[in-house]
Amino acid sequence: MIAGISIYEILSVTSILFFIGVYGFITRKNLISILISIELILNASVVNFVVINKYLYPDMLQGVLFSIFIIAVAAAETALAVSIIINLYRQINSVEVKDIETMKY
Amino acid sequence: MDILSLFIIVPVITIIALLFTKDLKQARIVSMIGSIIQLGMAINLVFAYFKEKEVNDNIMVFTKDLVWFKQFNIHYNIGVDGISVALLLLTAIVVLAGVFISWKMKELPKEFFISLIVLSSGVYGFFISLDLFTMFVFFEIAVIPMYLLIGIWGSGPREYSAMKLTLMLMGASAVLLVGILGIYFNSNADGGALTFNILEIAKVNIPIEAQKLFFPITFIGFAVIGALFPFHTWSPDGHASAPTAVSMLHAGVLMKLGGYGVFRVAMYLLPEGALHWSWFFIILSAIGVIYGAFSAIKQTDLKYINAYSSVSHLGMVLFALLMLNKTAWNGAILQSLSHGFMTALFFALIGMIYGRTHTRDINKLGGLLKVIPFISAIYVIAGLASLGLPGFSGFVAEMNIFVGAFEHDDMFYRVATIISVSAIVVTAVYILRVVGIMLMGPVKNPEFLNLPTATWYEKTGILLLLIPIVGIGVAPLWLSNMILKSLEPFIQGVL
Amino acid sequence: MNLSYTILIPLIPLVVFLLLGIFNKKIKPGISGYIGVLGLTASAILSFLAGYQYFFVNGKVDGIYQTFVQKTVWMKFTETLQIDMGVLVDPISIMMIIVVSIVSLMVHIYSRGYMKGDDGYTKFFAFLSLFSFSMFGLVLSTNLFQIYIFWELVGVSSYLLIGYYYTKPSAVAAAKKAFIVTRFADLGFLIGILIIGYYTGTYDFESLNNPEGNAIVNWASTSFMGLSVLTWALILIFMGGAGKSAMFPLHIWLPDAMEGPTPVSALIHAATMVVAGVYLVARLFPMYYFVEDGFALNIVAFVGAFSSLFAAIIAITQTDIKRVLAFSTMSQIGYMMLALGVSGYDGHEGVGYMASMFHLFTHAMFKALLFLCAGSVIHAVHSNYLKDMGGLRKYMPITNITFLIAALAIAGIPPFAGFWSKDEILVAAFEHNKLIYYVGVFVAGLTAFYMFRIYFGIFWGKETKYEQTPHESPISMTFPLIVLAFLSIVGGFIPFSEFITPDRAGFEAHLNYPLAAIAVTVGLIGIMLAWIFYKNENDLSDKFAKAFGSFYKWTYDKFYFDEIYLFVTKKILFKRVSAPIAKFDKKYVDGTMVGIGNTTVATSEKIKGIQSGRVQDYAFAFIAGVVVIALVFIYLWTN
Repeated sequence: MIAGISIYEILSVTSILFFIGVYGFITRKNLISILISIELILNASVVNFVVINKYLYPDMLQGVLFSIFIIAVAAAETALAVSIIINLYRQINSVEVKDIETMKY
Repeated sequence: MDILSLFIIVPVITIIALLFTKDLKQARIVSMIGSIIQLGMAINLVFAYFKEKEVNDNIMVFTKDLVWFKQFNIHYNIGVDGISVALLLLTAIVVLAGVFISWKMKELPKEFFISLIVLSSGVYGFFISLDLFTMFVFFEIAVIPMYLLIGIWGSGPREYSAMKLTLMLMGASAVLLVGILGIYFNSNADGGALTFNILEIAKVNIPIEAQKLFFPITFIGFAVIGALFPFHTWSPDGHASAPTAVSMLHAGVLMKLGGYGVFRVAMYLLPEGALHWSWFFIILSAIGVIYGAFSAIKQTDLKYINAYSSVSHLGMVLFALLMLNKTAWNGAILQSLSHGFMTALFFALIGMIYGRTHTRDINKLGGLLKVIPFISAIYVIAGLASLGLPGFSGFVAEMNIFVGAFEHDDMFYRVATIISVSAIVVTAVYILRVVGIMLMGPVKNPEFLNLPTATWYEKTGILLLLIPIVGIGVAPLWLSNMILKSLEPFIQGVL
Repeated sequence: MNLSYTILIPLIPLVVFLLLGIFNKKIKPGISGYIGVLGLTASAILSFLAGYQYFFVNGKVDGIYQTFVQKTVWMKFTETLQIDMGVLVDPISIMMIIVVSIVSLMVHIYSRGYMKGDDGYTKFFAFLSLFSFSMFGLVLSTNLFQIYIFWELVGVSSYLLIGYYYTKPSAVAAAKKAFIVTRFADLGFLIGILIIGYYTGTYDFESLNNPEGNAIVNWASTSFMGLSVLTWALILIFMGGAGKSAMFPLHIWLPDAMEGPTPVSALIHAATMVVAGVYLVARLFPMYYFVEDGFALNIVAFVGAFSSLFAAIIAITQTDIKRVLAFSTMSQIGYMMLALGVSGYDGHEGVGYMASMFHLFTHAMFKALLFLCAGSVIHAVHSNYLKDMGGLRKYMPITNITFLIAALAIAGIPPFAGFWSKDEILVAAFEHNKLIYYVGVFVAGLTAFYMFRIYFGIFWGKETKYEQTPHESPISMTFPLIVLAFLSIVGGFIPFSEFITPDRAGFEAHLNYPLAAIAVTVGLIGIMLAWIFYKNENDLSDKFAKAFGSFYKWTYDKFYFDEIYLFVTKKILFKRVSAPIAKFDKKYVDGTMVGIGNTTVATSEKIKGIQSGRVQDYAFAFIAGVVVIALVFIYLWTN
């Protein structure tokens, strides 16, 4: 609980972070940049969990605990995604999104 | 083992036997044996029917009822009356003739005969079904193999024609399904349970608004395969590209499913709807009759001429059915039978001519009477039968239709009847035109001077089809009485 | 009295047809000729037997000739309407079977010589038997539908026989034209039958013709546009008859039908099939007479009279001898129709009916004879045209004499047969309608003129140099000529009025000397004019033709009716009706269906971009969807 700051302000910050991440995911050209945007999304949701836990349910700890889960999952998923990107790079020699559009109509 | 289920079981056994054949010779022998057994069963059924009718007075005889899907009250319900018996006989004869005509089908013979037998099993199932859902299932079984048969073994723009035919008929089936479901959901109007059984639904008084809504849907759903104007355009291209036996089977038998369906389902179950909508569809079918005939005059491809001729003749079937009286309905059934044999004969002959001269353009052919006299003479006979010459079945059918149609003394009906009757002149024009250009006259192409005459299997196929045409034409009374007696309960429902 | 053996009369030729048709290739030509002749001889003997039994033994009961019917149900339409098959024996049907047997038998014998060596010899005799079967069936019919059935069969036999030389395009076209024109007429016939069936409840001749029966007594019950429906039906039935009998304007097929072999022309297009229309009106005569006081009968009379005049005028100018005979046939049938048209019913009033049937009988004899002689001549000089003939009397004496006898008969010179029958027609006309009478007399003069024009043109006239010397025909061909000539001489002495009258009672006919004298004079004038113009070679006829100028040309071109027919069928029906319909079907009706298909494909092309293969697009859709659902959810939750 931070004195003087209401929950709405922090939630708006995390929301902005979240949607910056979404925007980045949708518009970035580089696969790594997309990965970074995914990280942003995940981390924004982590802060969201902690904030809500601390402001609305100060006696509980589930929110904080779950945020550690999210960080762990995010790390695992990033590792997986990077390995996919490395394999992909070995095939098509590029990390641009526009080169992997083959599964289309 | 009940006599009717055999009609489906025997084709299935034939198909299984066909799976084990290795080449054309084996495949055709197996198919021939299977079809001969079917024909024997059909002829036996006629006699068994007469015997059974002496003791049993139900509308449908040889019935069997097995529950298939309890929740929706779908049964495997089969039975026949005089009309079904006649149409089963038609199917058996045309299928056997088709097998003989395909005696030299060189590409993928096993698959061809399998598809053909599957198609025929669908038709048999359709004619014996008394449950709407089962009827629809068999209808689809009858329609779907057409895509393969035309697309693979056809000639000319076969993929296009196969696609067009299948898509239009599927579209009609979709419409038909809506109609059937409409009937189904109204079948509890008298307080009973929802049912697909035709005989039970007939006893229910389906509300008039529902009848007026679903009759045109069901009618169009069935009539598209019966070449109703303006939904007939799948027929010329489809028949032209199809292989001979497929054209014979399709034009000869499948297109009768439409008329039969209209009669058994649309009119029997929705009589007030029929009365309300008859004027509209009479206009369409009368147009079809005269329009098909006039279109046929201009065509130069033999198969197109025959296809438009079928549109004209089948228009008469629908026209007669819409007249809603016994004589006209008798004529409609007789016309279905007669046209089935005649058009199968025509397509067989056209196939024989094409196989020898490799052209279907009548302007390139000429003087064939001198070169292939047997085939040409049969063509002339078939042509005369088609234009309604007495002594052949077409005359009997058409006269029944005209007399029946004339019984309405309303000016509208009279005018429509006279328009349909005048088709006899137009039919004579296009038939004699083809005979004159193609068969008579001097031999146009010197290459044709040494064409082989008909082989034994071709002659057998021709005779199989010619005998019923002449038989019904010369002695129609037994058949007409059988049909009239079976029509009794259906007419009562409509009146 | 048992006349049921008459059923064999049509059946024997039918068996012959099936035999010769199915075993076509296996039977030697000579044998098939014998089989054909034998079959017809059997039918002829039975016909004569029936005739003798009917007319002279026990046909008459209480002074009225009875009708004997034997029939069975063939096809049932409703409880009351049905088609029967059977035989009806009454005066005119017996007369007709005798006529048909005699002419058919003579033609069969003649054909054995004429068609010798031809490829399709067996086929020819098969078709001749088919025709004989159909014609016998037609005249013995018991009801309207049965007569329609045999009507169509006769039409088909005619088609097959006209198109016998099927490699000739003109023969093919002629056969097609004959069938289609008569089919068109049959359309009217069929509609007439349907009307009668519906409004009287029966097709049976006995019930329909009964003067006290329902059909005749209640004719006024329903009317349409001012006339009784039964009158309309009778007019439509007459349309069918007019087609078969080549009455104006449905006559255009008859001259072209001369493309068939000459024996065919003699049998079908002179003596038997073409009189089917006359027979039909005679068969339904009580209805024609009583319904609406004979309104339909007036139409019959005027059509007959006009056709008679029209054909006679054209016949004067034609140069193909078969075509002259064809138009002559049309003209004489016009006489028969007009005689029926002016006839009354009771006793002496029925002289028109009697005269019509009498003329049918005598005309069959001498017209068949004329055609067979023409065949003989054509066989000898290998051409149909007058210009290739002349002076043949030296080479073909028998043909010369028999042709002369026939020509005198048709010109109406006593004591030959034509005089008696034509005279009775003129008497009937005189007593009922003076205009028709004058037309009839004028036509009689024209008939004599054109007939002797060709007689002199063939056998006298210029001395043509022939490449091969023409020789007289063999005995197989001259024997029928002699028989028919004999009948043309004595046929007139048969007291027809005792046998054939509308009320079946018979009456005594007397010769009306003044009218007869006028008729004979007119005939003699015609012969004299022909003598002046044509007996010796001169150019009087050409000068005369020039004097008539364009009218001559119109007549020579048969008043352009064939051109009108071609115009209507080719330009209007083909180009302006059939072709647009076919194109409409292909472009618009089919186009709509194909268009639906194409629209589906086009729509699919446009929306397939959704599956772009880019994960980002999918993610965007996903997020957008979630946001929308969340907003909707929140909205619904807070409300």
